[in-house]
Amino acid sequence: MTRFLRLSLILTGLIMLFPSQGMAETPFPIIHEPEGKECVEDEDDMRRNHMNYIRHQRDKTMREGIRAESEGSYSLSKCIDCHVEANDKGVTPTHNDKEHFCVACHEYAAVQIDCFQCHADRPQKNIKRSSSDQALKDQLQEMLAAKDMGDVQ
Amino acid sequence: MKKIEYTRIKGHSLAYYGLLAGLGFIILLGLLATWYMEHNGHYVTGMSNQIVWGMPHVFAIFLIVAASGALNVASIASVFGKKIYDPLSRLSALLSIALLAGGLVVLLLDLGRPDRLIVAITTYNFKSIFAWNIILYTGFFAIVGAYIWMMMDHNMHKYKKKVGLTAFVWRLILTTGTGSIFGFLVARSAYDAALMAPMFIIMSFAFGLAIFILVLMAAYNWTGRELGDAVIARLRSLLGVFVAAVLYFTAVYHLTNLYITEHHGVEQFILRDGGIYTNLFWFGQVLIGGLLPLALIYAPGVKTCRKTLALISTMIIVGGMCQIYVIVIGGQAYPMELFPGYEVSSTFFDGMVNSYSPTLPEIILGLSGMAVSILLVSFAIKALSFLPTSLADSIADPHAAK
Amino acid sequence: MSDQINDSRRQFLSKAAIAGSVTIAPGVFLHQTAQAKPDEKAVTSATRWGMLIDTDKCSKGCTDCVDACNQEHALTGFDRPETDAQYIRKVSLVEKQTGHEISLPLMCQHCEKPPCVDVCPTGASMKREDGIVLVDKHICIGCRYCMMACPYKARSFVHETIENQTLSAPRGKGTVESCTMCTHRVDKDGIPACVEACTDENHNAMTFGDLNDPESTISKELKKHGGKQIRADLQLNTGVRYQGL
Repeated sequence: MTRFLRLSLILTGLIMLFPSQGMAETPFPIIHEPEGKECVEDEDDMRRNHMNYIRHQRDKTMREGIRAESEGSYSLSKCIDCHVEANDKGVTPTHNDKEHFCVACHEYAAVQIDCFQCHADRPQKNIKRSSSDQALKDQLQEMLAAKDMGDVQ
Repeated sequence: MKKIEYTRIKGHSLAYYGLLAGLGFIILLGLLATWYMEHNGHYVTGMSNQIVWGMPHVFAIFLIVAASGALNVASIASVFGKKIYDPLSRLSALLSIALLAGGLVVLLLDLGRPDRLIVAITTYNFKSIFAWNIILYTGFFAIVGAYIWMMMDHNMHKYKKKVGLTAFVWRLILTTGTGSIFGFLVARSAYDAALMAPMFIIMSFAFGLAIFILVLMAAYNWTGRELGDAVIARLRSLLGVFVAAVLYFTAVYHLTNLYITEHHGVEQFILRDGGIYTNLFWFGQVLIGGLLPLALIYAPGVKTCRKTLALISTMIIVGGMCQIYVIVIGGQAYPMELFPGYEVSSTFFDGMVNSYSPTLPEIILGLSGMAVSILLVSFAIKALSFLPTSLADSIADPHAAK
Repeated sequence: MSDQINDSRRQFLSKAAIAGSVTIAPGVFLHQTAQAKPDEKAVTSATRWGMLIDTDKCSKGCTDCVDACNQEHALTGFDRPETDAQYIRKVSLVEKQTGHEISLPLMCQHCEKPPCVDVCPTGASMKREDGIVLVDKHICIGCRYCMMACPYKARSFVHETIENQTLSAPRGKGTVESCTMCTHRVDKDGIPACVEACTDENHNAMTFGDLNDPESTISKELKKHGGKQIRADLQLNTGVRYQGL
């Protein structure tokens, strides 16, 4: 009897893990379609295989120094340049925003993106960056100066 | 000698569940600490670009080293045929697996990208001693697991000795691998010594046995099973040999370095000027972890005193942690010699003694690794028959009066 | 971005051409005479990139190379010097016996036999065919064993979440990184940012070029005047050499 109780408790728990009602309500992501340009492959192909394309290219670039700039080559930064744009408020979504082109779909499909922990998630022109990092510069100068004061081990 | 009977512990007492709950709580804290460190990044720890391996590594290396040593008792029985250790073999093998698991958990959770575990176990660089260790650890689980099976299954008894021998050889290689993590580092003057590998093996004997003794006494005490003086006396004198051997290796290591001019700087640092590291070395490693336990082990009158033995074992564990701390952190704190003959300074702490103060999350993560080990043992001895029902002298001692 | 790089390179080259003589910035351009690497071709061991640093021309307190590197890779400081990343750093030396002072930039030495590559469990730490040592952050698990192994303390661990990366320097929390000899520039026939800055500011303490090409300025200069390796005793055959040390 206890065994039955235990089993049913576990089963109930498992079922509750899957909110069956919520599933139907998950809205289909709004995908921003860039205008004018053609993608390197057909839309259907890209949807299925984009990860393989950029993954293949990544090892070639990283390990062999092949930085193909030619038309039709795969490149994460080119994806970003076309697909990630400023919204009507003039703000470019980051990988922390749901409206980011990649994030929108990946959230829907519940697939974690690893790219943007290292790679830029917006076109470079949309990233505001102080021309050189003054804080770091000052910090280095300060430390160099401290060393000259004879603060040497 | 009578036939040994093994039984599972009952594990129905409030104390038993209390123990499990306590350990579970520590593990939960460890997971929280991990989340905190991984979410913010490692800057919230005491580790830096200077001290790249910190407290988690001290715990992890200690547990991994102790793991292979905990198997010693089983090896002495099966490989060297000492009958008195035979009844202890199952626990010995179990403890070694549990300690290794605990150590690896800590090591894994401290990685910059623990989410890439799958990369770590599928992509190998075979020139890396680290990669070899991953294989050695996995193999250790498999071989010792099989060893336990051979011991527990009467039909498989005939293979016990062979598998035991394999496990013995494997674990020697494993600790050689762990020691070589440091031995193969040419860059830093505190490491880069072939002696590291055998020294780690000897350390594993001492640390592993000390933990084994504590676990054995606790298990028998808390379950009200009988543990005779014969076993205690044997383990105690064995421990004495191991502790002396660790001291010997430490002495040889430092004497060798003291002879080599190039290593004078780092020796001076550890032995004389290193502040915390010097103190940990002399008071922690040498005194608490070596000389005092030795004195107590060979002291007359307390030969079968359980409390003294527990104290000795605890001191060896504390001393062992100090020793690993001095090796891991002290070795990094001492500046790398890039420009011999020059005073060096830079914005990147060149030429300076690097400072490190462990933060709470790091220590909690380390402790939770230990908790994982104890939890595994506590659970396993309830699930399977690891412990002899009695280790009274009349049963365990092959020379006991019939 | 790539256009920007090309533009700046073009400008830079034309400036040099106007200056008229390759000896003004020794070795910096000579590799240009070798065949430029086509985009689609993998790098080969026919080339070995290296750097020569003349410490006599490197002045104490000058951080032009460091600043250029930090800007190039968008290395941001968090005001935590112990955990902030530094690809290149200025080191001051005072000889204990004589008091002789030397200042030099120190970065990844791009060893022919790099200890970091040997110890890396996953093969993330790797050496390209052209001798540039890199971290493949795609498979780096952040174990930091390479940092333990590097004799030059050349590597940094990313201790915090990074945003706003540049295109050419992807970097993120939990992985190890170091000087890339600006592969993104070199692969497009450019020169590393530090060398460019040093030359632009007319210090001319840094020379970049192909060590395998006997006709390159760096090779000629090394043949004529020699250049020391730091920790030559380890026999790592470093790609970065120093004069005046």
